[in-house]
Amino acid sequence: MDRVGIIGIAQTKYARYNPASHAELAYEVTVRALEDAGLTIEDIDNTVTVCNDFWDGRTISCMTITEATGSHRVPTTNVEGDGTYGALMGLMHLLSGIHEIALVVAQSKVSEGIPSVITNAMFDPVYERVLGLDAINSAALQMRSYMSKYGISEEQCARVSVKNHKNAKANPYAHLPMDITVDDVLKSRVLADPIKLLDTSPISDGACAIIMARERTAKKRHARPIWIRGVGHCTDLYHLGDRDLTEAPALALAAKKAYKMAGIHNPLKQIDVAEVYDAFSYMELMWIESLGFCEPGHAGEIVDSGMTEMNGALPVNPSGGVLAAHAVQVAGLARIAEVVLQLRGEAASRQVEGARVGLAHGIEGACGQGHCVFILEK
Amino acid sequence: MKRLVGIVGVGQTHHKSRNADCNGQELISIAVKRALEDAELTIADIDAIVIGNMDHFESINCADMWSVDGSGSYMKPIMKVTTGGTTGSAIGHAGFYHVASGLFDTVLVIGWEQNSESDTTAAISTCFDPITEREYSAGAIGPLAAQYIAYMSKYGATEEDAALVSVRDHNNAALYNPYAHLRQIINVEDVMKSPYISYPIKLLDMCPRTDGACAVIFASEKKAKRITKTPAWIIGVGDCHILVHLADGIGLPNLPSLENAARQAYRMAGINDPFNQIDVAELYIPASTAGVSWMEALGLCEEGGGPRLIRSGITNMGGKLPINPSGGVLATNPIGATGLLRIGEAALQVMGKAEKKQVEGAKVALATGFGGCFWSDVTVLSSSPSLE
Amino acid sequence: MEERKEASEALSIKCVADMPYNYHAGFYYSRFLKELRDNKRIIGVKCSKCHKVYVPPRIVCRDCFLKMEEFVPVSDTGTLLAFTITNFSYIDTTTGEPKRIPFTAAFIRLDGADSNIVHCLDETDERNIRAGMRVRAVFSNNRTGDYFHDIEYFSIMRRQNEERQSP
Repeated sequence: MDRVGIIGIAQTKYARYNPASHAELAYEVTVRALEDAGLTIEDIDNTVTVCNDFWDGRTISCMTITEATGSHRVPTTNVEGDGTYGALMGLMHLLSGIHEIALVVAQSKVSEGIPSVITNAMFDPVYERVLGLDAINSAALQMRSYMSKYGISEEQCARVSVKNHKNAKANPYAHLPMDITVDDVLKSRVLADPIKLLDTSPISDGACAIIMARERTAKKRHARPIWIRGVGHCTDLYHLGDRDLTEAPALALAAKKAYKMAGIHNPLKQIDVAEVYDAFSYMELMWIESLGFCEPGHAGEIVDSGMTEMNGALPVNPSGGVLAAHAVQVAGLARIAEVVLQLRGEAASRQVEGARVGLAHGIEGACGQGHCVFILEK
Repeated sequence: MKRLVGIVGVGQTHHKSRNADCNGQELISIAVKRALEDAELTIADIDAIVIGNMDHFESINCADMWSVDGSGSYMKPIMKVTTGGTTGSAIGHAGFYHVASGLFDTVLVIGWEQNSESDTTAAISTCFDPITEREYSAGAIGPLAAQYIAYMSKYGATEEDAALVSVRDHNNAALYNPYAHLRQIINVEDVMKSPYISYPIKLLDMCPRTDGACAVIFASEKKAKRITKTPAWIIGVGDCHILVHLADGIGLPNLPSLENAARQAYRMAGINDPFNQIDVAELYIPASTAGVSWMEALGLCEEGGGPRLIRSGITNMGGKLPINPSGGVLATNPIGATGLLRIGEAALQVMGKAEKKQVEGAKVALATGFGGCFWSDVTVLSSSPSLE
Repeated sequence: MEERKEASEALSIKCVADMPYNYHAGFYYSRFLKELRDNKRIIGVKCSKCHKVYVPPRIVCRDCFLKMEEFVPVSDTGTLLAFTITNFSYIDTTTGEPKRIPFTAAFIRLDGADSNIVHCLDETDERNIRAGMRVRAVFSNNRTGDYFHDIEYFSIMRRQNEERQSP
């Protein structure tokens, strides 16, 4: 794969409610990403927007941010899925050789709608929707299955939440930086057993933009491009009952592909930092298993050992992850932005020392049905 | 390094106003199976899938995830692209970029819609700004109608000019396209007598609401040449999504986004004389009026020359540059698929597989997509990898 | 024969999806709506570089890609660029009720503005409407910060238009 480098990033502060309109949010990150890259809008020759009709409450939701992202000036498209998929589309635009510099912008104002109604709409209209399934109670099914199969405890899941909210204190963009204990998590309100409030990500308004360029241009225009070395995406079956919810084979396959491209044979040794999509505390455990950081069922021990803490062998979610800030559709792109900060050495008090290779991950659909994995390198 | 990308298979359902005997996944699977059969491939040969529809028509969130049973994406990479009416052409371009990037060799692109499941105009109306535009913007029909008022006022075009477009497309569908939704032979008088739905657009001037699906398989040069002797090479692509506020588009009836997108695609393809270099065109004409006012944007006539072009008969079957041998959007409109059908039909033309719709000797075809706030996508396809 | 029988037995499940949204106006629309409500005035925003005035106001100038900050009043009178009389009903997604027809959508360039707005006209007979006519906003006396309510409709300025037509 030709080399493509990320040369600009920007995120808004994630918050429960941001009074700016979609266009105003998108313009903010577009301008800041351009500043970060040292470019002007004239330098961008193609864009990808990431907008979702349900979350935005309108069809052709990407229409709101067309002008604010400069997408009216150049070839553009809209990916409706996690921001990582949008980044992949931008990457493909560049690898085709037809374009040089891509801008990818994801935005979400989830405070405008009702998340349970919107996520309920993911489920089969004939068999599943009427049950009232939504993102939280479907995740509860998965958490219960996973814990039962491997004997993972609620405490071990809670430890992820404690770690990530604490990490978020060093992240100026995070929605929920907090000092909490395992006990706080276990005592927090049950939303859908066994998922408790503090096992759950918030719902945040926010936006993120990244700018990527083909190698020659990236090197010419920026002091520290962060290279995309591998990418993979894959999806599991749709109906919850068709899947084994205790496993994420689609993530394993997506990771396998990304690792192969990036020359990673031993993820534990070769990856220095990982930002994974922990929409719920237990998900971080499941995802690190499928990413090959440990054997299936052993992620609980990994968390207990401190391996994924800031000072551990492979820090996971130094930014606080999705548990600390969850702008839907944006969060995967934010994972990429955070890894870029890490590899540039610009992550300030959340910096993982000497990070050279990082992993960014996004999910799509219920219970992590689809996955997209990026491997980035300094 | 620019890689060649070719279309090697096309499949579509028999389009209907209501496909009552299939659910969405089943509808998709019919188109997918037909495309695979057309290319003599199996789902195992597919490396990645791109799918598109407009969410609110079927009220399904994350439709890419939902589609797995029908799209064959189990343990495969799939992503969803949606850009309104241009979805069909946007997914076509996404499929093109999947292969052109070198990351995937054989990519299945699926566009689909079950418009019978909801109130189409109501759903489309939600694209307009709820605070300043939605109240009086009647879906696609209202804005298109108003745009033609602006064109008629400026250039003296008439409703009869538009009726000729309707007659051409409906009759093509009836005579040549067994997959089309509406297959009725009509004349200008029929159109002029049909009731106004949004002045000056009458019932027979407007596209239907259709249930249907289309699947197109894109392949890298090496794979394409092994799969078929006659791939349809994609030699030009262009996109222009130019506006946000509907009201601004009304005042630009010659569709500048189409001119912009065509310029990009023509430049890539090496087309500087579209009228003589293009053999057949499958154009996204959602209302007959657009078939008059948008022709100049493609460089097919002078400014304001739409009526002259249509009245000349040049764009009829048997004419110098047939437009919409399939019957186009006026005959068939499953919105998420519509733009992809234009690409698929154009591909069938240059592959020599268009059967009754075939324009003899067609080597270069043009396909356009339209939607959103007067946005356009353009694709140029050819039976040879370059025009030289 | 068999196939047709099966198709007619296929079921469908009716579902009325109630999806409440609270659309945020953002800073620019909020200013616009408050000005309508409080001062019965239509405002746009002006680009500091190209001096185009956009109504309704928005953050970025499309051509210059600059953030705009200067709000300026525009006239309540303008020119009708185009119109259409919609004569088919569909569900209004805000109320869930069928739209009342016919209604005339009007696309208007207000004096002082460089972009267009959409609203409605108080005329539904196409024989009495022509692109190019002069129109004026009719405001509600009971304004709430809702664009489509605070301006009730646009009225064709009959006398002005007749004067323009006479030789």
